[in-house]
Amino acid sequence: MTEHKASTAEIIRASLKRRYRAERRFRLYGLLAVCFGLLAVLLLLTDIIGKGHGAFRQTYVQLPIHYDPELLGIGDATDPETLMRGDYQALVRQALRARFGEVSGRAEARELNALVSDGAGYELLARLRARPALLGTSETLWLLADDDVDTWFKSRGGSNEFTGRVSERQIAWVASLAEQGEVALRFNANFFTRGDSREPEEAGIGGAAKGTLLTLAITLLLAFPIGVAAAIYLEEFAPKNRWTDFIEVNINNLAAVPSVIFGLLGLAVFINFFQMPRSAPVLGGVVLALVTLPTVIISSRAAIKSVPPSIREAALAVGASKMQVVLSHVLPLAMPGMLTGAILGMAHALGETAPLLMIGMVAFIVDVPGGFTESATVLPVQIFLWADSPERAFVEKTSGAIMVLLAFLTLMNALAVVLRKRLERRW
Amino acid sequence: MTTAVFDPVPGAVMTDAPGRITELAELLTQRTVGTPFVDAPKVRTRNVNVYYGEKQAIFDVGLDIGRNQVIAMIGPSGCGKSTFLRALNRMNDTVVGCRVTGEFLLDDEDIYAPKMDPVALRARVGMVFQKPNPFPKSIYDNVAYGPKLHGLASRRIELDEIVESSLRKAGLWEEVKDRLVQPGTGLSGGQQQRLCIARAIAINPEVILMDEPCSALDPIATARVEELIAELAENYTIAIVTHSMQQAARVSHRTAYFHLGKLIEVNDTQMVFTSPQHELTEAYITGRFG
Repeated sequence: MTEHKASTAEIIRASLKRRYRAERRFRLYGLLAVCFGLLAVLLLLTDIIGKGHGAFRQTYVQLPIHYDPELLGIGDATDPETLMRGDYQALVRQALRARFGEVSGRAEARELNALVSDGAGYELLARLRARPALLGTSETLWLLADDDVDTWFKSRGGSNEFTGRVSERQIAWVASLAEQGEVALRFNANFFTRGDSREPEEAGIGGAAKGTLLTLAITLLLAFPIGVAAAIYLEEFAPKNRWTDFIEVNINNLAAVPSVIFGLLGLAVFINFFQMPRSAPVLGGVVLALVTLPTVIISSRAAIKSVPPSIREAALAVGASKMQVVLSHVLPLAMPGMLTGAILGMAHALGETAPLLMIGMVAFIVDVPGGFTESATVLPVQIFLWADSPERAFVEKTSGAIMVLLAFLTLMNALAVVLRKRLERRW
Repeated sequence: MTTAVFDPVPGAVMTDAPGRITELAELLTQRTVGTPFVDAPKVRTRNVNVYYGEKQAIFDVGLDIGRNQVIAMIGPSGCGKSTFLRALNRMNDTVVGCRVTGEFLLDDEDIYAPKMDPVALRARVGMVFQKPNPFPKSIYDNVAYGPKLHGLASRRIELDEIVESSLRKAGLWEEVKDRLVQPGTGLSGGQQQRLCIARAIAINPEVILMDEPCSALDPIATARVEELIAELAENYTIAIVTHSMQQAARVSHRTAYFHLGKLIEVNDTQMVFTSPQHELTEAYITGRFG
């Protein structure tokens, strides 16, 4: 008997070694999987940040500008209509000639003029409109450089210097400016305030960001109350029969439908039938609400289900009606879960591109949208548009926009975590 | 003493005399023995059958609950005592597929009449559950919830009075009076259960149903709650389901023994535990199964 027992212990001891080895291996696999995931994220972030950090700084050229009334052809700077007629780019051209002396030939003149962005003239117009007294006076200004100059200036001296479309002469000019400290990288506020532009140096994500905010506002306003109401009805009030089973299956199916289908639905129903404005945040919001609704309903139902039945019974037993049970006990307890679900749904909607392409939010829109019915685009679509643009300078804009989008996403996910913690910690 | 053996098959009685198994099955077909009916009962039930879908949980039970009395319902697991209790304030309404038939009268009012509102009924027939289930709100709000729902207090000071008197009756006031704003879920298990009792009596019900109120409590907390039940019996009619025969013996005036959905015996508590009339009751209280 004792002999038999000893051998059992030995068998166990031998198998233990094997089992522990297997466990260590198993844990290693898990660790490797986590490392792989982290590596992928790290790679993505380095690539995006490496390419995109330049988007937040832009090359500016310092030039003394003389607001010459003759050159502009403007006598009275207080009249806005007269102001509009002025040739402001001529002031820039004059300033460049004054800085570098007369150039020979039209080709050279064009190259000289191309140092500064075509948008510089608008900047001068804006200044003159704000202060009409500037007419006839001079001031030294930092003007936006052209995107080719910007791209070269940023890569200058680096291992992979990119001259691209910049000529030798232009490089010499900019180098001479740089010696005097008259060309510099400055914070690119335009990137955050302006809308899209054909000129990369002028393009910004302001329009897309505002469009995203307006669109998501509509989405949240629709998807959250409707989703929560549907979830409450299905969980608390609906009889359990074939119809509710059918509805449940369909909600789960809808959550898996490719979002582009919702875009086609928006096109067919909301634009063609209801005549809603194309490319508008209100329409985008409605379509994205449809995309996120199943997610919101499913997560809200899960949150309601997780409320312990003992709380419902307790409330019923002191004579609460069904509605009172739901409003004063189930909803407050389920709210953290519902909010988390809604915010994650919003984060999903934030990154959604395909359905918006279908309803015209992919249009080239220069203006920052002022309201829900004005044409707009959203961040992911803006990224898509820029990634598609041939100009080299859009590469960093694209990555810059991705960084902003990721910042938005992180912010929303953090908000979800904070909200859940805050609401749960109450008791 | 015979050894109690765990019984995997309900109803198949394992005793030291194997021949009795068939006898006991026959015994189940008999009528309730003892005195299930009393004069001028608070709650009167006759011919009660409860079904969960196809399955019948209660078979033809008739039982009266006397005014200002404590009646204990005992019996092995799955015998239907909890189901019967929950039928008394229509908590079974919320269970999908549950069907209740028979006569239920609360002071001559039909509990299951169409015009009887379950919400109004539950205000008159309160309930305390097996697991303490305070709301995740403050101690004050836990007790004040019912009175607020039913508009029993028009002013804050009246509400304060109700909360204080309910907590006093539940024997919890001295322990919590300085921390009424703290969450009820932060109390100990026994305190939580007394808080639930305070919550139940805050709306001044006529009947209090208790579904194994002490099964999640330690012996000291149990003793405290049992004391409380004895005090409450002066003003309330109480029906308590319990797994502990000692508890039934300590707190109740009458005891009803359920077995496999049938009411086997009802008698004065002392009589049930000293000279049970039915063989099944005797087998149960002497610990031969259950």
